[in-house]
Amino acid sequence: MLLVYIDHFGGKPPVAAWEALGAGSLFVTGSDLKAVVMGSGVEALAGEAIAHGAHSVLLADDDRLKEFRPEVYADGLSQIIRQSGADIVLFPTTSRARELAALVAVDLDTGITPDAIQLVRQNGAIVATRPIYAGKLLTTEVNLARRPQLLTVRGRSFPAPDSDPTRSGEIARIELGLAQPRTEVLGYKQSGGGVSLSDAAIIVSGGRGVANNPALHPPPELTNEKEQEIWRAREGFKLVGELAGVLGAAVGASRAAVDAGYIPYAHQVGQTGKVVSPDLYIACGISGAIQHLAGMRTAKTIVAINKDADAPIFKLARFGVVGDLHQILPALTSALRQRLGK
Amino acid sequence: MKIVVCVKQTPDTAATLTVVGGVASWGDAPLVLNPWDEYAVEQALRTKEAHGGSVTAMSLGPQAAKESLKQALAMGCDEAILISDPALERADSLLASAALAAAIKRIDAPDIVFFGKAAVDTDTEVTGPQVARRLGWPSLNLVAAISELDPAAKTITVERLLEEGRQLVRSPLPAVVSVVKEINEPRYPSFMGIRKASKAEIPIWSASDIGLQPVPEPALTWPEVIAPVRAEQSCEFVSGETPQQQAAALVERLIEEKLI
Repeated sequence: MLLVYIDHFGGKPPVAAWEALGAGSLFVTGSDLKAVVMGSGVEALAGEAIAHGAHSVLLADDDRLKEFRPEVYADGLSQIIRQSGADIVLFPTTSRARELAALVAVDLDTGITPDAIQLVRQNGAIVATRPIYAGKLLTTEVNLARRPQLLTVRGRSFPAPDSDPTRSGEIARIELGLAQPRTEVLGYKQSGGGVSLSDAAIIVSGGRGVANNPALHPPPELTNEKEQEIWRAREGFKLVGELAGVLGAAVGASRAAVDAGYIPYAHQVGQTGKVVSPDLYIACGISGAIQHLAGMRTAKTIVAINKDADAPIFKLARFGVVGDLHQILPALTSALRQRLGK
Repeated sequence: MKIVVCVKQTPDTAATLTVVGGVASWGDAPLVLNPWDEYAVEQALRTKEAHGGSVTAMSLGPQAAKESLKQALAMGCDEAILISDPALERADSLLASAALAAAIKRIDAPDIVFFGKAAVDTDTEVTGPQVARRLGWPSLNLVAAISELDPAAKTITVERLLEEGRQLVRSPLPAVVSVVKEINEPRYPSFMGIRKASKAEIPIWSASDIGLQPVPEPALTWPEVIAPVRAEQSCEFVSGETPQQQAAALVERLIEEKLI
């Protein structure tokens, strides 16, 4: 039996949650696609899971699950999996669900395959393909002997099923025996906002080149060269941000730009940042170091804007613009505004 | 405080990876201390500097992994331990976490164990949390800041990175803390540190030394390693006399190809 864990934040699921459900639907016959919803006041989410194709939902609605605390969720989910006798459990690759799957794997003494991009059933086991070395290589991975098999599926690797509110299914409430939590969630801090890199269909990224606009004159109070450079870079990233705004895109950055202090680390794409696979990736002033390419090579279409026609980024790019991003980006933003009527 | 930091040796991130004889090969690229672990070592050292105590660096890997432990020593760790055993060579995260947890239990009363977010070779991001689970300690994963640490009260407050923002969590110690890059700026090894590390004797603990006998079978196997093929792209350079013309030409092509 196959279970899909529906990840959410305060009752709101990321698209990746439905993609995991979509991945699960590939391996069930008849009406055996079961979802697990855990949280507090999340009955509506159980209904949404049905609308997205789950045939039934195991619902653990409990005050102690109000905040996501991995150790408490793992206690509960391990019980649910044991009771259900599931032999495959799928999770989306979100920071929460990936950690949860890791803890449950210890409880159930089984393997955990994170970040699968492809799943195939072979001789009664799911063989997953997952990226290693930030996607420079892929490996197949299989858990032959132990059950359940636990896998998280990478965002944007499986289609999310459409929601159909007319679908119906059974919602079974489960009572969990949960120990007193030892950690306490004190609150949340919003970080930046904007479009999340992992979910973004379009990403506009900036590199070292964004700082490279000698035509800009930093305010006189900035006498230090490094401060002037960072000021120039932030002006450059405004252009990146404006283009992203018109396209509804997320803003990314190369490691060089992050290390130089141009933009916070949360924006870094690459081997020690986020590995992304959007439909469209626009690289601005990024030469294409191997660590960066590893993080975005699976983008469906890559557009590169760079002064240097020999930059390695053009080898991966479908479309290239050789020129100064400080002139190209504003022109592109205004051309798009006109064409898209924004 | 008794502080432990777990590190791994990985190929340099600048390495070009290929498949040779069915396994990953990084050619003659150097093996380094996993970049994420530099942040874990740095945080371990800062914790010691703020609260006193000692830092033990621990690694699971082949004999050659001693080199990465030496880098941790050169940065300032007090001692290092290598867990190395042929029976652990093909360890998955389930087995690796069992070995690391068993070794940590041999250390007298640790207060905190640091991990880097992930290793840049296997990219699983699960070993730290699994070690926490095995030890029965809270797992504080993806930590971007430690806002409070009280060794007397044995509590720690951290900011965890979630997709939606930062979650502020207070936890009792001991705990396992896996850190992300935002938490600090790792130091370079000092000249004195490098000299001290080069002379350091690093003990090797076998599976039986840590009480992992018999060694469990890993749950996972890797039948095939594949080099991804990306169809040779021939880049279409958009033309134009001015940036405006280039931009307009690009927009036309993106619309024609239904990319926007």
